[in-house]
Amino acid sequence: MDKYIWLIPVLPLAGFIINGIGRNSLSKNTIGFVASFLVLASFGLSVAAFLQIKATGVPINVTYFTWIDVFRFTVPFSFLIDQLSSLMLLIITGIGFLIHLYSIGYMKDDEGFGKFFAYLNLFVFFMLMLVLGSNYVIMFIGWEGVGLCSYLLIGFWYSNPSYADAAKKAFIMNRIGDLGFLLALFLIQDTFGSFGFAQVFPQAGLLHAGNANVVLITILLFVGATGKSAQIPLFTWLPDAMAGPTPVSALIHAATMVTAGIYMIARSNVLFTLAPLTMHIIAIIGLATAIVAAIIALTQTDIKKVLAYSTVSQLGYMFLGLGVGAYTGAFFHLMTHAFFKGLLFLGAGSVIHGVSGEQDMRKMGGLKGKMKITFITMLIGTLAISGIPPFAGFFSKDEILAEAFKQSPTLYVIGVIGAMLTAFYMFRMLFLTFYGKFRGTHEQEHHIHESPASMTFPLIILAVLSAVGGFLNIPEVMGGGKGWLANYLAPVFAKSVELGGTPAITSPGTEWLLMGISVGAAVVAIVLAYSKYMTKGHVPVADTEERSFLANLSYNKFYVDELYDFIIRRPLDGFSDFFYNVVDKLGIDGLVNGIGDAPVEASKGFRLLQTGNVGFYIFMMVAGIVAILVYSFVRI
Amino acid sequence: MESLTNTIKEVPLNHYILLCSIIFSIGVMGVLLRRNAIVIFMSVELMLNSVNLLLTAFSVYRGDASGQVFVFFIMALAAAEVAVGLAIIVMIYRNTNSIDINVLNRLKW
Repeated sequence: MDKYIWLIPVLPLAGFIINGIGRNSLSKNTIGFVASFLVLASFGLSVAAFLQIKATGVPINVTYFTWIDVFRFTVPFSFLIDQLSSLMLLIITGIGFLIHLYSIGYMKDDEGFGKFFAYLNLFVFFMLMLVLGSNYVIMFIGWEGVGLCSYLLIGFWYSNPSYADAAKKAFIMNRIGDLGFLLALFLIQDTFGSFGFAQVFPQAGLLHAGNANVVLITILLFVGATGKSAQIPLFTWLPDAMAGPTPVSALIHAATMVTAGIYMIARSNVLFTLAPLTMHIIAIIGLATAIVAAIIALTQTDIKKVLAYSTVSQLGYMFLGLGVGAYTGAFFHLMTHAFFKGLLFLGAGSVIHGVSGEQDMRKMGGLKGKMKITFITMLIGTLAISGIPPFAGFFSKDEILAEAFKQSPTLYVIGVIGAMLTAFYMFRMLFLTFYGKFRGTHEQEHHIHESPASMTFPLIILAVLSAVGGFLNIPEVMGGGKGWLANYLAPVFAKSVELGGTPAITSPGTEWLLMGISVGAAVVAIVLAYSKYMTKGHVPVADTEERSFLANLSYNKFYVDELYDFIIRRPLDGFSDFFYNVVDKLGIDGLVNGIGDAPVEASKGFRLLQTGNVGFYIFMMVAGIVAILVYSFVRI
Repeated sequence: MESLTNTIKEVPLNHYILLCSIIFSIGVMGVLLRRNAIVIFMSVELMLNSVNLLLTAFSVYRGDASGQVFVFFIMALAAAEVAVGLAIIVMIYRNTNSIDINVLNRLKW
């Protein structure tokens, strides 16, 4: 198996090259087949790698060549597959394959079909590089690369200027985070002398908690994660990224790219356990993001924006999990979120496809009769994200909340409030879209149809995973012993557990109580949503109508973009204006043009000597001779 | 020859220097102030001849013949210069019908 590891990222790369070159010449069927098949092949290899690791428990480490070797700075190009990355490989290639399949149906009328699949394959390649890297530099290659592909895919329909702007916004905000990541890399090299995980983490284990270097490194790494995983303050790009095609939103902004931050922190768990300050910051920011995004999602009317803010919110939960030390819980939520959020996005795409491109939920309604498969799968996805047992979201979210409770009941309470908000806005979305009467145009109503099999098949697979995925990590109180996932990932987090000390123990009674409270809260929220949107049949008001102050705040995303515009963009524009008009135009241009003008002005003065008057010339000659004589006599 | 030289030496050298300076200055002023091209040429000749006179005087007073040899050169040079200069003046007159130097200002910027 070790011999074939390189194929896992290279196959999608080959797909990128083939589809990129042949994007206009190959037939759509060929392109779709090649792209999907190569990802499926990578998936097969990932399964083989996973089984090998599961059986032997020994990570696979392969070095291909020494990439950089300068003085004390060596970076080998090598891959590492351990328990953590094996699961990420499965998610990336598995869900990636399903989304490739889905896109064959979704994008079939688009003329950029070949380009789309080329970009998708390239994205899968970079994401695989990110998780396969055995040192921070290879991870950074993937990190940057997925940012690039995100830009390319968000701005896929680039002829629309607002879409192109959204792509730029995503890339620039990512880059701001990447600055933090880079600084962290430099510090890592400086502190530990190497970038490789196998060198950094054992060395870090010898340091004591609260070491200033480690705290700084972890804060900078977290800055990188906020950019990539859309946390406060760098989250505003993700809702705007819904400008891209829906499969892109599903793959990049639900299942894979945004999880890169979580993966990176989970990988560096030793460093983070040694920096309690950073952990607190992560937990607080994660929780704050979860709540803020949930509040914004309450009033959104575009179905994809609801899901986008939901993603930001769920990522907040994952960071909360990381911040309280629940590495397994956070990663578990990452997996289940990939399932149900991917499902929800693909389902939304199916809905949009069915109502001829409409995305405003106020113009939907009553679709459940005509789009049965989409409805049932989205219902499962919504139940999963709301944390209703036995669906997947319940187990993962509950694990995070339980760990949060152990650290501080306040975190738990706010987390539960967030869960209530989640259940409320998700069911609001479900009710507005599928129940009631259809509120769109007659044209659209005639064309409502279920999506083709290439689109519903991935929905069904993901629905099954969302339903049963929770059983990957059953909590101790329910079954004997720790869950399967916790045991599987134990070697990755072992050092952290050792350094962090024994966690607080809660009695089984408390655990059942916590679970009951969170489920109860979610049910209450669902009932509230039912009463507002089903019984009373409330439909969100049109954009021109008045809203209450709080609703306004929520609908306008707390004016965060406007705040950034005021605080950051305007001063920068002012600087730019100053440098352009004063320094460049007056200063530099003045200097250069002045150098050109000086001889001209001088010559204007000198030409006055040419009077044409012979007498004047003779006089000048005499004057010159006299001057020479005087000069020679005075000197000597 | 001795008595001739002694007779000449009865006039002090300073007188010759003063005389030649005056003639030279008159020549210079003529060149600067007159408008007629031919008169300017005459003034130039004046300057040359004053220098000739001074050279000859020094040659007699120092008893060195090279001064007078130099005078020969200057005279030959003056002759050549006059030939060329008068030719130019004739051409100017033929083209502009005037030899007033204030009229010849085509080289003005």
